[in-house]
Amino acid sequence: MLLSYDWLKDYLDINLSPEDLGEKIERTSVEVDSVSKRSDGLKKIVVGKIISFEKHPDAGHLNICQIDVGEDEPLQIVCGAPNVEVGKKVIVALSGARVGGNIKIKKAKMRGVQSNGMLCGLDEIGFSKDVVPDEWKDGIYFLPDDAKLGNSVFDYLGMNDPLIDLDVTPNRGDMLSLRGAVYDLAAVFDQKVNFDEKAGKELGQTESKTDIKAHADEDLAPIYKLKVVKDVEVKPSPLWLQIKLWNLGIKPINNVVDITNLVMMKLGQPLHAYDLSKIADGDLRVRRAKPGEKITTLDEEERELSALDVVIADSEKPVGLAGLMGGNDAKVTKDTTDIVIEAGVFAPVATRKMAQKELLHTDASQRFERGIDKGNVENALNYAAGLIQDLANGRASQGVVIGSDEVVKPVTISISAERINHVLGTSLSEKEITDIFHRLGFTVENKDHEMLVTVPTRCWDIKIDADLIEEVARIYGYDNIPVTLPVTVTTEGSFTPKQQLIKNSRKILLGEGLTHAISYSLTTEAKAKMFLLNDSNETNLQWPMTNDHAVLRMNLLSGLLDDIAYNQARGVEDVPFFEQGRVFFREADQVRPTEVEHIAGAISGSLAQSTWNQKATPMDFFGMKGIVTKYLETLSLADEISYEATDSISEMHPGQTALIKLGDEVIGFVGQVHPSTAKAFKIKPTFVFELDLDKLVTAKKSEQQYQQVSPFPKISRDMAMLVNDDITNAQVYAIIKRRGGAFLKKVTLFDVYDGEHVPAGKKSLAYSLTFENPKETLKDEVVNKAVAKITKHLQDELDVEIR
Amino acid sequence: MSLKEDLETIKQNGLKEIDASTDVKSLNEIRVQLLGKKGPITQALRGISKLPVEERPVVGSFANIIRDELATAITTKQTELENAKLNAKLAEEKLDVTLPGNQVALGHPHVIQQIIDEIEDIFIGMGYQVLNGPEVEEDHYNFEMMNLPKDHPARDMQDTFYITKEILMRTHTSPMQARSLEKHDFSKGPLKMISPGVVFRRDTDDPTHSHQFHQVEGIMIDKHITMADLKGTLETMTHKLFGDKFKVRLRPSYFPFTEPSVEADITCMNCGGKGCDVCKGSGWIEVLGAGMVHPNVLKMAGVDPKEYGGFAFGVGPDRFAMLKYGVNDIRDFYLDDLRFLSQFD
Ligand SMILES: [Zn+2]
Repeated sequence: MLLSYDWLKDYLDINLSPEDLGEKIERTSVEVDSVSKRSDGLKKIVVGKIISFEKHPDAGHLNICQIDVGEDEPLQIVCGAPNVEVGKKVIVALSGARVGGNIKIKKAKMRGVQSNGMLCGLDEIGFSKDVVPDEWKDGIYFLPDDAKLGNSVFDYLGMNDPLIDLDVTPNRGDMLSLRGAVYDLAAVFDQKVNFDEKAGKELGQTESKTDIKAHADEDLAPIYKLKVVKDVEVKPSPLWLQIKLWNLGIKPINNVVDITNLVMMKLGQPLHAYDLSKIADGDLRVRRAKPGEKITTLDEEERELSALDVVIADSEKPVGLAGLMGGNDAKVTKDTTDIVIEAGVFAPVATRKMAQKELLHTDASQRFERGIDKGNVENALNYAAGLIQDLANGRASQGVVIGSDEVVKPVTISISAERINHVLGTSLSEKEITDIFHRLGFTVENKDHEMLVTVPTRCWDIKIDADLIEEVARIYGYDNIPVTLPVTVTTEGSFTPKQQLIKNSRKILLGEGLTHAISYSLTTEAKAKMFLLNDSNETNLQWPMTNDHAVLRMNLLSGLLDDIAYNQARGVEDVPFFEQGRVFFREADQVRPTEVEHIAGAISGSLAQSTWNQKATPMDFFGMKGIVTKYLETLSLADEISYEATDSISEMHPGQTALIKLGDEVIGFVGQVHPSTAKAFKIKPTFVFELDLDKLVTAKKSEQQYQQVSPFPKISRDMAMLVNDDITNAQVYAIIKRRGGAFLKKVTLFDVYDGEHVPAGKKSLAYSLTFENPKETLKDEVVNKAVAKITKHLQDELDVEIR
Repeated sequence: MSLKEDLETIKQNGLKEIDASTDVKSLNEIRVQLLGKKGPITQALRGISKLPVEERPVVGSFANIIRDELATAITTKQTELENAKLNAKLAEEKLDVTLPGNQVALGHPHVIQQIIDEIEDIFIGMGYQVLNGPEVEEDHYNFEMMNLPKDHPARDMQDTFYITKEILMRTHTSPMQARSLEKHDFSKGPLKMISPGVVFRRDTDDPTHSHQFHQVEGIMIDKHITMADLKGTLETMTHKLFGDKFKVRLRPSYFPFTEPSVEADITCMNCGGKGCDVCKGSGWIEVLGAGMVHPNVLKMAGVDPKEYGGFAFGVGPDRFAMLKYGVNDIRDFYLDDLRFLSQFD
């Protein structure tokens, strides 16, 4: 919403520069997007007069014009506009001028003829096509005949008026008019204003009701009033009116339409004028559209309506979309003589829905959605009729015709100084507060420290005491509110065990060399379903923006693989990532998915790059398993972690993937991404893990107790054995652990070999066993006995050959 | 020659030999030769019986002194030789210490997570709880309980990803206001919580918009919490996050769930408040929305707005990170480009 600085100054004493005024508005009312003038960035554009012109000898569409710009000699300018006319005052961009689009004008030859400038249309000096009147759409613009030759054109076209662009929040619909802004600034500057624009006397003899009837359902239009003006002379508006409108971003159409728009911008009441002769049976009503009904609106769009739409209709057909835009059939044209002006209040929700459905957000709909001053409807209607009498020679009929007329009263809210200070932390006196309310134009009745504040209808969004507190805060000034810290009972802030575990998990993985990635939770259907340990239904968005972000992820890995692909495509080969976040599982009968915290890692390439003394080791299965194992060790899980080969995850390498189990429960997996999957993602060999973090959070933890370091020497024994290829380390390890006796403290696999000297179908495993007795010196016989027992069981159960 | 003179000669010759030795091995040979059972001192002492009885102890102790002197000389020489050998070895071991050290793999924390961690620590320090709410929310909590009934125009401000008519991707972490208000037992003290997390808007991704970003919502409710307290709390957070010289100012704004609502600006970090392109010349940068919790929000959650009240605020860690590090494109936070992420430690 654009606010004209010059227009404001008609009502207020403003001692601030436009920029400072913008700043003031931003600090007290609504955000200001910009403060600018239409002339910003333009220069050397002056008034000239066409003395003569002749056709260009080599280009029929060009004219060679002689232009008087108040200098001794006329300027020769070649112009392609179709409407050059001797005697007209025109916009001349001199050589060295800067025009719209930051274009610089230079002397030049045009098809061999010298041209010392440019004659301009409005669009060429920066006017948006949306505001250039249709009559000036093609060709150059004619300035008023009294424009002084050689003067800058800016003042003649209102281009030096500073325009303040407001970003009006939904609660400040009152700021969508000059009237609202003036009252608001009057409160800020503590000035008295009177903005009651009264209409002149109706000149017509007939009554409005003889020519028009009105009906409106109060739910659709709580207020709906019409007034007839006859014998209007429809023509372009005077320049001052056109300037006001185009400066506010509205295209001048004709005097009648322009007046309705002017009144909307000035008083905040959207109006519409119909050609009375086009209204069948002189009957206008606000009603729901009939399904299938059609209307062509002023923008020449044909729209098919549904029963949710609200229209203004005559006895035959819709003539307007209520609160949005009039229909093309009943619009005011140059042939119109009698008009009916409509002023109403349309229901905000219906207007908003219709505007959304029709993608038709108009100045009117913007206002009806936020609400308008219901106490000023008839005044605005009469004021517009008066202006039409003045500017279009019309004769307003007597009275208005009422379709609906909700009784509107000012709201009275009870509040106290104590309450206001309690909320703001201020210590304002009742007098200071009363003063602020008076500045806002509210009346205050004091009753034993209660203040009964009556709010005029022009501030329709103020309904409860909190709203009044806001008014006090912004007029008193947010800068003047003290700065304190809350005084309350002391509370202890701490992370929950779950939050702590998640924070620690991130820390450990960072320490292990993985970088924290955050990828998108919304992904494609295919990626959402990858890397699943259990079946789950996917959760789809109803209206995704793109297929790339349409389904909630059920794994973190697919996002990490995308990240790896992104990096490797850009020449970053070694990519170690982890991510921690939610995945979303859903049973068939579940509407809302279950959110599960996961943590996942993916490494492609090496953790550390090759250097002068170290060769990079590419990540492999055991590297990744080591990372997961170390991470899990830091969690002090009470139950044992084990790894079990799996070929059930189709995106994973069938021979290099392990389920990770905590006790008997599967909590995730680790392994190599299936080469086909890696190929599909366009990534190099990649090793990954994904864990259910929630299961780790709830898992039983071991009490981390201090164990005394044994003062007695430990005894180590190495056991090497030949086993069949299909025997796993886990099987051997389990037997050693189970049969090793009370003093077996540690079992470490230190060699796996299946090369030379090992028979086919066999492999050699070597373990180091450490025995320790914290109570006394361990005897060799005890250890020998334990090793013998282990050996026997290994031989019996796994058929190993001890070497 | 007297025995004493013999001994003196032995000593002088011995010392010469010791001094002349060039390695530990020959020194050891000298030690055995001089001080051993077959050595000259022992030999010489054999003549002691020929001396008068009263001279014997004198010569004996003289012999011992010479033995000790020679032994000390050998030890000293040995140390000398060993040191020389060690020094020679050390000289050989000399390295170019300017060669790079070994690589230690260390990951980089995500810059958004860092900002969230900092904010969490600040508020934990002020006695707040951290609550993590669901990312898939009910319309009821995301909108209705936040004073955004169906058809409220402000719903347009937050374009929403719906899953069903009633289930959606949360558009803010504000629903945790309502959820925590419903649960909180005010007899146990004030409600002080922040809720960090990822949120979603139905936006097309571009440099300033992302369909996924982060938010930290905060709320403090008690019997007497003021807008002045909000100013103080936001100022504390700003000082801890950005530094003491950053100022905070409030401006009127609108959120359906607060009244009064304010926008908080902080001193522009690019120009320090002098005015520049980043702050459009104002010296201030908009960083967060806040306000006093709307009575309707309290009422709907079963809290009496006449008795209790307080403030709420919503911080955008993405925006903070962009401002703090001069990042121009919000999408950089979600592309996980290592060349970007590894700039933050
Ligand atoms: Zn700046």
